[in-house]
Amino acid sequence: MSLKKKKVEGEGNGPRRPKTTAAQIRLQKDLGDMDKLPGTMHLSFPDANDVFNFELTIRPDEGFYFGGTFRFTFRVNSNYPHEPPKVLCTQKIYHPNIDLDGNVCLNILREDWKPVLNINSILVGLQYLFLEPNADDPLNKDAAEVLRSNRRLFEQNVTRSMRGGSVDGVTFADVMR
Amino acid sequence: MALPTVTQSLPDADRRWRDIYRYLDRPGPFMAEGFEAGAAVKEFLHSIKILVVGAGGLGCELLKDLALTGFTDIHVIDMDTIDVSNLNRQFLFRASDVGKAKAEVAASFIMRRIPGVKITPYFGKIQDKDEEYYNQFTIIICGLDSVEARRWMNATIINMYDEDDPETLKPIIDGGTEGFKGQSRIILPHMTACYECSLDMQTKPTTYPMCTIANTPRLPEHCIEWASVLEWPREFPDKKLDGDDPEHIKWLLDRASTRARHYDITGVTYSLTQGVVKNIIPAIASTNAIVAASCATEAFKIATNCATPMNNYMMYVGDQGVYTYTFELQKKEDCPVCGAVAIKIQVSPSATLQDLIDLLLDRKDIQLKKPSLRTSATSLYMQAPRALQEATRPNLSKCLSELIRDGEEVTVTDESLPISIQITVRFE
Repeated sequence: MSLKKKKVEGEGNGPRRPKTTAAQIRLQKDLGDMDKLPGTMHLSFPDANDVFNFELTIRPDEGFYFGGTFRFTFRVNSNYPHEPPKVLCTQKIYHPNIDLDGNVCLNILREDWKPVLNINSILVGLQYLFLEPNADDPLNKDAAEVLRSNRRLFEQNVTRSMRGGSVDGVTFADVMR
Repeated sequence: MALPTVTQSLPDADRRWRDIYRYLDRPGPFMAEGFEAGAAVKEFLHSIKILVVGAGGLGCELLKDLALTGFTDIHVIDMDTIDVSNLNRQFLFRASDVGKAKAEVAASFIMRRIPGVKITPYFGKIQDKDEEYYNQFTIIICGLDSVEARRWMNATIINMYDEDDPETLKPIIDGGTEGFKGQSRIILPHMTACYECSLDMQTKPTTYPMCTIANTPRLPEHCIEWASVLEWPREFPDKKLDGDDPEHIKWLLDRASTRARHYDITGVTYSLTQGVVKNIIPAIASTNAIVAASCATEAFKIATNCATPMNNYMMYVGDQGVYTYTFELQKKEDCPVCGAVAIKIQVSPSATLQDLIDLLLDRKDIQLKKPSLRTSATSLYMQAPRALQEATRPNLSKCLSELIRDGEEVTVTDESLPISIQITVRFE
């Protein structure tokens, strides 16, 4: 049978049978190559063996959010990189693109995700949200409205919220510690 | 016309497969190179085991097509039970079968209808089965409904290949449909592009910008996404949304309808809610029939060599007339599944992880600079991020026998390498 002939001809580059999934390999590559993270970002792993679940800390070194420490959880599923990781902010913060439940409006986390993007692309995107909050894609509509109409007031609101103060009756997490 | 021994016992075998035998009994100018007509090829067709993965829309068609094409030892695997909404196209099922296992009902239907064909069902997940199970088949043919399941099948079958055992090379024929569109393709592990090679070609599930669903809904889908993505986790932080639970869908429908009314949007219905949550694309029965026919035909050609199999991807678009185009998808050199370099390494069990890394760094053929090493379950040594590097650094001085089992696979990645390396570590 030709099927058998094909088999003999089909000598590849050697045997391989990892139980490691394609998602794991890709994630290992994404993470293992991230040795040049800027000092403003830190990744931590509750379980070093579980690379699918980790936490990100961002400390912006300029902009409205300078001085704060912002924490996110990343959950990557076995369909990565076909599907993007799920990213949530674990603190209640005052930000036009992050709602009070921690959902993040970042295009590459949803509609513009592509398998060529990687974990690093998301970190860059999140960092950018703190440098340039975007009033055009609001998740926190009130914050976006203030940013659009009165930058001074927005700045004051951010500063107050970051110290654990309240804005419009909502108390925010103290991110200055 | 000589009858192959397997089917001699069947009274009408020569008539049942008369037309098939016309192709197999004599050589001709259009046969594929190396085709040998006669009893042996018929015997081979009737005796090989073929696995149908999925017994849904494509699976029903595939089982019928294969059984009528002369495959007589067919296995079928499916984890689903029959739902009333399947009955319009999954024609092996009747209303009285609702709730029963698809694989089992489909198998008994075909066996009742086509004597002489043996179908062995397995009601369960593809992940339940190991290499030993998949290794018994000559051809694997898939009628799956998700990218995830296809990636798993693809990686499993490709990783099974062992150059010392040619029997481990299994052609995969993969069919897929989405409404009026479909595709069929042949994957010959390590010879053609695999599923992972072309992963970035897959359309991803429809999603809407978070800020649109949160603030400026215009479509009924926006309202449903708002209910499922934002409201559900707020209301039930610890309960996972289950698209198959009518209670869950009803809750979403309620919330979404209220929001739709507020924004003057119409069209939020129960079935749309379930469709958005489960990302359902309405199935077209004839698309399944066309794609399955292509897959079964390719299986027949591969099994008998009576004609040249397609090379290697057929797309079908049926929404404006009929358009198909067959082309060769290229193998991706840095594919994480079929592009991975595999090497075997012999070390003393008392060697340390650092010794193993030094051994890898010394090899001129792979040119590593900063390798990160993991097994499927543990991080052995990661160069980055810093927290992982610090957590895994103590492993460097540990004996390999403390960290891995004899013969375990270790995945190596390196920023200077676009591909990954799979090493099998054997202890001396």
